Amino acid sequence: MIPEIGNFAMICALCIALVQAILPLAGAARGNTVWMNVARPAAQGQFVFVAIAFGCLVYSFLNNDFSVLNVASNSNSMLPWYYRFTASWGSHEGSLLLWVLMLAGWMFAVSVFSRHLPLEMVARILGVMGLVSIGFLLFMLITSNPFDRLLPPPADGRDLNPLLQDPGMIIHPPMLYMGYVGFSVVFAFAIAALLGGRLDATWARWSRPWTTVAWVFLTIGIALGSWWAYYELGWGGWWFWDPVENASFLPWLTGTALMHSLAVTEKRGGFKVWTVLLAIITFSLSLLGTFLVRSGVLTSVHAFATDPTRGVFILIFLVIVIGASLALFAWRAPRVGLGGQFDPVSRESALLANNVMLLVAAGSVLLGTLYPLFLDALGLGKLSVGPPYFESVFVPIMAPAIFLMGVGPLAKWKLASIPDLAIRLKWAFGVSLVTALLLPFTMGRWTPMIAFGFLLALWVMTAGFANLWERVSQLAAASGGARAGQLGKLPRGYYGMLLAHFGVGVFIIGVTMVNSYEIERDVELAKGESVEVAGHAFRLDGLTEVDGPNYDATRGTVTVLKNGKAQRTLHPEKRMYHVQQMPMTEAAINSGFTRDLYVSLGDHVGGDTWVVRVYYKPFVNWIWGGALLMALGGVLGVTDRRYRLARRSELAARDALSAQPAG
Amino acid sequence: MKGAIVSWLVACLLAGGYPLATGADRDPALEARVTRLASELRCLVCQNQSLAESNADLAIDLKNQVREMAKAGKSDAEIREYMVARYGDFVLYKPPLKATTALLWAGPFLLLLAAAGGAAVYVRRRHKRVAESGLTPEQHARAEALLGSDRSGR
Amino acid sequence: MTKFLLPLGVFLVIAVFLGVGLTLNPREVPSPLIDKPAPGFTLAQLHAPEKSVTLEDLRGQVWLLNVWASWCTPCLEEHPYFVELARTGEVPIFGLNYKDRREAALQWLARHGDPYRLTVQDGDGRVGIDYGVYGVPETFVIDAQGIIRYKHVGPVNREVLEERILPLVRELQS
Repeated sequence: MIPEIGNFAMICALCIALVQAILPLAGAARGNTVWMNVARPAAQGQFVFVAIAFGCLVYSFLNNDFSVLNVASNSNSMLPWYYRFTASWGSHEGSLLLWVLMLAGWMFAVSVFSRHLPLEMVARILGVMGLVSIGFLLFMLITSNPFDRLLPPPADGRDLNPLLQDPGMIIHPPMLYMGYVGFSVVFAFAIAALLGGRLDATWARWSRPWTTVAWVFLTIGIALGSWWAYYELGWGGWWFWDPVENASFLPWLTGTALMHSLAVTEKRGGFKVWTVLLAIITFSLSLLGTFLVRSGVLTSVHAFATDPTRGVFILIFLVIVIGASLALFAWRAPRVGLGGQFDPVSRESALLANNVMLLVAAGSVLLGTLYPLFLDALGLGKLSVGPPYFESVFVPIMAPAIFLMGVGPLAKWKLASIPDLAIRLKWAFGVSLVTALLLPFTMGRWTPMIAFGFLLALWVMTAGFANLWERVSQLAAASGGARAGQLGKLPRGYYGMLLAHFGVGVFIIGVTMVNSYEIERDVELAKGESVEVAGHAFRLDGLTEVDGPNYDATRGTVTVLKNGKAQRTLHPEKRMYHVQQMPMTEAAINSGFTRDLYVSLGDHVGGDTWVVRVYYKPFVNWIWGGALLMALGGVLGVTDRRYRLARRSELAARDALSAQPAG
Repeated sequence: MKGAIVSWLVACLLAGGYPLATGADRDPALEARVTRLASELRCLVCQNQSLAESNADLAIDLKNQVREMAKAGKSDAEIREYMVARYGDFVLYKPPLKATTALLWAGPFLLLLAAAGGAAVYVRRRHKRVAESGLTPEQHARAEALLGSDRSGR
Repeated sequence: MTKFLLPLGVFLVIAVFLGVGLTLNPREVPSPLIDKPAPGFTLAQLHAPEKSVTLEDLRGQVWLLNVWASWCTPCLEEHPYFVELARTGEVPIFGLNYKDRREAALQWLARHGDPYRLTVQDGDGRVGIDYGVYGVPETFVIDAQGIIRYKHVGPVNREVLEERILPLVRELQS
């Protein structure tokens, strides 16, 4: 009964989505206020029905309703309840429903937080989002219904993929999807602006916080995914340039470019066409990611079970959505105005250069990801494009962008001077150069690449401090107060920018440290034997058999000794999940601020001897820490006072207008 | 057909025996080299993993093969060639530079050149067009004031 | 004007490739050994481990090399076709028993029928690596000069046998 309610709720949501797409868009075109007013209640109604459908799916999973094919294929009665809950989005079908739920959630948010927008704009935005929603709901109902029944029901389910039985997996997909789908809002803003011919600074101001929020979610989602891969896959890597990872990274790159381009459009009225294009591209790449993950055109560790009919459906959907928006862009963009003037050396130019670099980086990642497909389609053979390619291409493209990150925020709008910038940044550059040259010596190995990595990281960080120092000094000189007293006067958005850029520096330090000074040892240890890694001795003290809820495990006890003294005990596991008969390696990690000690059990060699993998990973947590700082910077940016103030003043202006007696 | 292939792959993956013990004489420098090479070679039976990451039966065999060749003093290039001769370019995660991959390797840099060139031309032309747009300095100032009502923020 | 059409153009090109991509199987790896001499080997016979066979012994005829193992479930799927083919005697089939235990392999053949003119044992999978075997079963067509002409990865079915393998064998035999 419950699955049927879920199914029915999805059909209701589809009907509402149709109304939401057609009436408001038509209303906006013909100036029909009644039709436009349908947008908000429709979006809210759609959210309610999608939420009901999702609730029904969760209910079916929690109650082990194996008559539902999706539950039978992805759950098991022995699965702990929290994994039964997360299994709701562990499959292709369930994750699609989650995606639609997120989309409905964003539409709901737009309907609530859009009181200061003109009705026409709201109608168009929600109409466009309704169109996207129709596509996904149809996709689910036609090719991948999560509520399909399985008769007769099996006695028990085939269990959730053991890789997904993990706390990281509970939050990673929702975060990622919040990001992907969040870009649909900005996309809808852009399309609405193109349709209405209203591309101005106000439009950019409205789009900016939505973009930043989506970007924050995507950043956290990607970081969580990377962290999960690090501790769950058992070989200590954190990024593999796998097609599916790239699919999430592509919209992140263009989304980052979009945030910066929006800043120019909002502040200076420039780059309007470019900003609109980026908004379209970013969401298009989110959709492309969906296609890559679910169609099976590329092989990936993370891909869902694939089915060609699904691929065909998404491809048609992609062509309609992306093709139509790019055609609309080609038609409308030439009429958009230019905006404010700026000099080739200015903050505008720096941001433009940064945009170009980010877009080229995204283009290269896309090229590398799709190249095997291109060759195969042309019948020119098969090849693999993996980490060595991406690393050798990505780093040289991003390095100048990172250098510009230090300069850009100090450059003035409109017109800046290079000598002036050089003088203002000389200390930052000097300090980072000297530190970068010396730091590798203290770590024990010096190569130009390592020093260069540190230089980039330190440059971004010190340039941030130079910027802050300058701002505070200016304020102090103007008010005659102490420098420290001025810190509170700077806007939150400014701190957000500094923090996010600082996060990039932290991230680069993490990457450089791990890539350069990581130590890996793959050894055979008998009970009582130990291996020495980076000043730590790892002693295998014993192995015990453990019974998990739905698996059996061999749990090792590894004692870490430093200078002969026992420091801590780690318990790596080798698990065998009952239902899927899949061996899983659970690494044991001792996390620290400056290093991780990582132990995972390899194969049983015989007797009491096991292959043990030990990693010493210096500063590895800085990688995710940096991403977290970037996300926090985004949060600071969104909560900036001026968005609240701007909204209040706009509301006040509108109230004043409506309060005026007619006539 | 696809279903059959998938079940066959799963069977291949799970039918793993234990790797041949390679003896306790694991030389760290040799192991590091084997790991580095193995991480650039693709495991053929896996979805998308390198030999170093995979525990599939064939991956372990091939890793042992790499180790033996490394021990026998073969160069990195010779080991890669050995793999390519048997499994094709598909095993290399770093595609070799040849006619069919020229665009792959040159693409990013061509893209960078094109984009940088395009941006430079755009900035120049735009500068000129805005200057020639016929706005009086007063109009410009007003437009600036409207645009930058809170420029103090940045 | 045209520059604003550029994004649309790029997207459409990508979309066409994605469409073509849907009809391809990204997992199938073409063998570089096609039209190259088959790698040599000297392996023990499954039925008479004291006797060994080399590639040279098989020269002078068109033959099929079927890589199989008793632990390989999909091998069961294709096996009846080989049993049937062996009965017609159209082309000799040689088996390469890949990473298997001898007793298990013999038992398997006793149970499911033995279509092989001869089976050799590749216990450590070395010869398998030389032949670029990455998934069992695999089937090779080798001509009288010892050149590999065709390779099929995965279980052979009637379609593959009658439309690919046998026509090629006939062509090579004539």
